[in-house]
Amino acid sequence: MTATPHVHDLGMPAGPDVTTVAGAIDASIAANGPKQTELKAKDLKTDQEVRWCPGCGDYVILNAVQSFLPSLGIAREDMVIVSGIGCSSRFPYYMNTYGMHSIHGRAPAIATGLAASRPDLSVWVVTGDGDALSIGGNHLIHTLRRNVNLTILLFNNRIYGLTKGQYSPTSEVGKVTKSTPMGSLDHPFNPVSLALGADATFVGRAMDSDRKGLTDVLRQAAEHQGTSLVEIYQNCNIFNDGAFELLKDPTTGPMWTIPLVHGEPLVFGPGGASCVVRDDFGGLRIAETNQVDAAQIVVHDAHREDPSYAFALSRLSSQDLRYTPMGVFRKVSKPSYDRMMTDQLEDAAAQEPADLDALLAGNDSWTVSA
Amino acid sequence: MTGTNPGISPAESGVATGMDPATRSSAPGGLVKSVVALDRVVIRLAGDSGDGMQLTGGRFTSETATFGNDLSTLPNFPAEIRAPTGTLPGVSSFQLHFADHDIMTPGDAPDVLVVMNPAALKANLVDLPGGGLLIADSDEFTPRNLAKVGYASNPLEDGSLDKWQLVSVPLTSMTTDALADSGLGKKEAERSKNMFTLGLLSWMYHRPTEGTIRFLERQFRRKPQIAAANIAAFRAGFNYGETTEAFAVSYEVKPAPMAPGKYRHISGNQALAYGIVAAGQRSGLPVFLGAYPITPASDILHELSKHKSFGVRTFQAEDEIAGIGAALGASFGGALGVTTTSGPGVALKAETIGLAVMTELPLLIVDVQRGGPSTGLPTKTEQSDLLQALFGRNGEAPVPVIAPRSPGDCFDATLEATRIALTYRTPVILLSDGYLANGAEPWSIPAVDELPDLRVEFATAPNGSAEDGTEGQFLPYLRDPETLARPWAVPGTAGLQHRIGGLEKADKTGNISYDPANHDFMTRTRQAKIDGIAASIPPTEVDDPDGDASVAVIGWGSTYGPIGAACRRIRASGRSVAQVHLRHLNPLPADLGEILARYDRVVCPEMNLGQLALLLRAKYLVDVHSHTQVRGLPFRAAELAAVLQDVIDSTTPTAAPLEAAPNGAVL
Repeated sequence: MTATPHVHDLGMPAGPDVTTVAGAIDASIAANGPKQTELKAKDLKTDQEVRWCPGCGDYVILNAVQSFLPSLGIAREDMVIVSGIGCSSRFPYYMNTYGMHSIHGRAPAIATGLAASRPDLSVWVVTGDGDALSIGGNHLIHTLRRNVNLTILLFNNRIYGLTKGQYSPTSEVGKVTKSTPMGSLDHPFNPVSLALGADATFVGRAMDSDRKGLTDVLRQAAEHQGTSLVEIYQNCNIFNDGAFELLKDPTTGPMWTIPLVHGEPLVFGPGGASCVVRDDFGGLRIAETNQVDAAQIVVHDAHREDPSYAFALSRLSSQDLRYTPMGVFRKVSKPSYDRMMTDQLEDAAAQEPADLDALLAGNDSWTVSA
Repeated sequence: MTGTNPGISPAESGVATGMDPATRSSAPGGLVKSVVALDRVVIRLAGDSGDGMQLTGGRFTSETATFGNDLSTLPNFPAEIRAPTGTLPGVSSFQLHFADHDIMTPGDAPDVLVVMNPAALKANLVDLPGGGLLIADSDEFTPRNLAKVGYASNPLEDGSLDKWQLVSVPLTSMTTDALADSGLGKKEAERSKNMFTLGLLSWMYHRPTEGTIRFLERQFRRKPQIAAANIAAFRAGFNYGETTEAFAVSYEVKPAPMAPGKYRHISGNQALAYGIVAAGQRSGLPVFLGAYPITPASDILHELSKHKSFGVRTFQAEDEIAGIGAALGASFGGALGVTTTSGPGVALKAETIGLAVMTELPLLIVDVQRGGPSTGLPTKTEQSDLLQALFGRNGEAPVPVIAPRSPGDCFDATLEATRIALTYRTPVILLSDGYLANGAEPWSIPAVDELPDLRVEFATAPNGSAEDGTEGQFLPYLRDPETLARPWAVPGTAGLQHRIGGLEKADKTGNISYDPANHDFMTRTRQAKIDGIAASIPPTEVDDPDGDASVAVIGWGSTYGPIGAACRRIRASGRSVAQVHLRHLNPLPADLGEILARYDRVVCPEMNLGQLALLLRAKYLVDVHSHTQVRGLPFRAAELAAVLQDVIDSTTPTAAPLEAAPNGAVL
């Protein structure tokens, strides 16, 4: 079907040769001069009215993020926040950065494409327990195993809030909700265990109301190269109020919270009465500090290459939230996906320069002369 | 001519232009061999999935292309990678039509059928017209293999194949004999029988052999023993043809006249992948492909993953949804986002396509259609995703749809789809199909600097003021008055920070809006933007050489070849017919309604149950005659011609019957 000459009449002018890709992006970025990296919290606010329910834990997290982000020294135009669907996923609208409020569960996939093609950006994902662990569970685990350079904030309120109160993948067994009047039958995910099972290189957990602890984990997460997952316990005061009260209450909180500090022994509770020791099967268990030798107490090592230790830490707590480790479980260095992808492109370009004419001509061409 | 020209009668295959066999060559031993000139040949190679028929066909195609014939191919293989050996479900075939003139299809029926086992015979014999040449590997016609497909006796010996020109050749044992000193075991040596067969065919049709030898050396450069064995088998097959008495005649099909220039042969998927690379180069944007493996689209992922030096990033995602999600994320970052898939994948991507409609970002979605619904016929062709492409989303989500018409046209269609995506900031669906994807044809290699300029301008500065009058605001949904495209501001650009998403956008500001009037306005505006693309589409070409047709045939996509071949038959019978072929399925060309209204009847052949016909009827109130077939194979030109003839004759009783065509040679 080729006896006519090849005509490329697409109604567009034939333009000059464009040999370097990405030039257009670079030019666009350069057009506005040097980056403004000295920011204040108010520089990160938008003109949009924040529309979460009064008293929602999301406000606290938003404030914490806006307060600490300027200290990272990243220009706001270099930050992108991608979210899915749910209450937490409204987050991008309130941040004066680039942002995309996408579709249910898919934020990690969308952010992967952005981060992998633009390693110069600081890409964040804001998601919730339903968004990340139910409809988007597949994307989450694959993003973690690839170690794409993303910071994922997983707001866990153990309920579906935006759809008005159904149980979520982190709700306790037996939970009575609109869709489970006789109690939920589903066994919940532990998001930290799930992330560690996917070989996540950075996994942390923080409480919405703990400004200091939250900021500390977020800072480490933001500075980590690769995927960081931060589970943030977040109170939904409308559909699941008090879900984390056991840990927030000044009297019970210290009893059941295990603060994770790299290099420090895992001793907690009033007067340091409790501690973490190794059990007979290579896992971890809780002990009374005065019943064990100091040498038996585990010293927290977030940098362990083998994720089993961090996983064992994550298994200390169960659905009832007793013995909940808070802080950074794991933080190990591994090449990030976007970096490796860029390296492959550079290697390929070094081995064989891009020559479109040669590519189109191929190895087996022939010439018909006039 | 029977006897000297086995199996190829003028009625079936065209005209032997050298009427008397010329005695040009003589084989050793005084055997006189003659050469018959033909204008075209259709060969089908059929064997077990493990017999290497696709590779053999591909090589024969390359030799034929290099020789300068026009050609068209139809690979046909099962979805199973290796069905049990020797069974009907395991049969794989490759059909090649080559000619000394411009042809449009892989041929309705083979002139020559090569079968490597009884299953291949059983599955393909029905398509071989009486008198056709049948070459069979007699070694494989064992009682066991015959029993597997239900032959009670050996058809090579029981006379049941008398109506064909049967040449029974022990291809397998001749291959192993030829490789007796190669150091390979019998099983390994047997695997070269496809190269022996290729050698024989290369002799029979005077194909150049250097390319295949170079190819084998390249392909097995790390296994020199295998390379040597395959080359030896290939030469043995060629020499066998030259010396055996079984083949007294060889055939010559002269090169086809083609416009001066540089050519290669190319498959649809390869052309499409090259189109994507070229689109990246001509737009100056990095290409990001997010894809999940799926037949018959995977080859595009494979091809693009080889071209990282062009700044092409390929991402094999965890699923179809992540594939398009990552592509859209990359588009947000200023890349040319592309996702490639087939029908079931498009179903999974629907929600993200909707997000791309809402966020008004450029995105290229390639659907290499296959038989459906559900998993359907993964390796067979169909055109049944048209309505899915047009309407398969929630809400009013208009998306431009483009369809290439031939393997080589996949290149141009990709550039056109990219032009629309970038100019109008919209997802675009490119509808290829399995036939185009795997089929091949000669392709005039384009000059890069003559390809369209696809450069885009990103937003670099504020473009408006806020409602309270504050200057220096960036309004992400302030539109270009001509194209209605919104500005594309890439992250990293200071002062243009903005948030987009799937919730309804307020006009200009892009803020969330639940205002009823705004939703109505934005819904209509998104539609108007896509409708407006029609202004950039060239006038529709109507092919009516006689200028007096009262019947028009309209098609889209890969039916271009069969419809065109059918039209040639119609015209050869003294009738007139107009051919209209659509590249743009959405928006349809602005002049289409007026064109269709000119004809008494409009016929629309499709490999679905009438999807374009439904659209044309709805949009233009034209009483379209829908002719449909969903066999997983392209239309046969002769069948289409018969349909057209019926319609034409019922409109204007004229002309001689189709059978009286001067010859069938023009196809």
